[in-house]
Amino acid sequence: MNIIIMGCGRVGARVASQLSQAGHDVTIIDLVERAFRRLDPEFKGATMVGNAIDVDVLRRAGIERADAFAAITQGDNRNVMASQIAQHIFGVPKVVTRIYDPLRQETFELLGVQSISPTVIGADAFLAILDPTAEGQPSGSKESA
Amino acid sequence: MFVIVAGGGKVGFYLGKELAEQGHEVVIIEQESRRAAEIESELGSLVMVGDAAEATVLREAGAERADLVAAVTGDDEDNLVICQVAKVRFHSGRTIARINNPKNAEIFQRLGIDDTVSATDVVLSVIEQEIPRQHLVPLLRLRNTDVEIVEAVIREGSAVAGHRIRDIALPSSSNIAVIIRDGTPIFPKADDPILFGDHVIAFTTRENEARLRSALLGD
Repeated sequence: MNIIIMGCGRVGARVASQLSQAGHDVTIIDLVERAFRRLDPEFKGATMVGNAIDVDVLRRAGIERADAFAAITQGDNRNVMASQIAQHIFGVPKVVTRIYDPLRQETFELLGVQSISPTVIGADAFLAILDPTAEGQPSGSKESA
Repeated sequence: MFVIVAGGGKVGFYLGKELAEQGHEVVIIEQESRRAAEIESELGSLVMVGDAAEATVLREAGAERADLVAAVTGDDEDNLVICQVAKVRFHSGRTIARINNPKNAEIFQRLGIDDTVSATDVVLSVIEQEIPRQHLVPLLRLRNTDVEIVEAVIREGSAVAGHRIRDIALPSSSNIAVIIRDGTPIFPKADDPILFGDHVIAFTTRENEARLRSALLGD
């Protein structure tokens, strides 16, 4: 698959490295060059410095040919904007976004945005140890209906 | 009208101020408490501290009964999310987003935002009006209806110079509203001519813009 990843933080770098290891063509975009130091030395994909909420940057990264797009920056709003562009403007088949804020995740689920909320997943993981009977979602991944 | 202004920067501040002076009910949502305090000291208690992209904050601001939510922070992505949350969660009336990147105008529209305003585009259009060009300069787009107001400068090569308006084959959904000749506006009748050097202000639709350009500029 051709995969574009926005954000080379810890999670982005890990996802990119493992996808590259699995044989996919990965392009990872970040605002700063030094973020790419987090990638595995064996990473075989492409890196690109740029702001992936900018449609020109996405085009240069090959979004028109992408099979998948993941938005994994620190900012919920940037993630949500880029992934909607990928999904609704470029029709990328598989799009997944990180959204920290559970309320925002709910709202964007209504708009068909598939997302991962580390807040929800993390809280659930703690609850599973502290008190499995306490209220919680079974999974942190909210898919569109 | 009840208007929520998201973002208490310079744009938000003056927008809130103008709207309040016009008699509308306004709430400005500003994230930074020190800035919010400054706004409050100038405009009174129409400011609220919070992140306007958060549903709880919009709810507290009254998004459910807002006629208009204007997201005017400095970041396009924040303005997009604010408008989307307002619309999807609270069914607020109309959403307007300020954008910096002109390319986001079409993107935001496709994502459900009612209107966008780009300062970049406004400045560009002012600049274009100063430069003689062989094309139609868009002055204003009425986005909901696809109607545009455009300006054409009649120069060398234009087939219409010296012709009466009634004799010019204008495309459908287009008309000539005003001619500026030597700085004087003329509201022309069908028998009036267009002259070399005229600035023609016309109404047209986006689909007919190219045909209007051909008709007036002899392309």
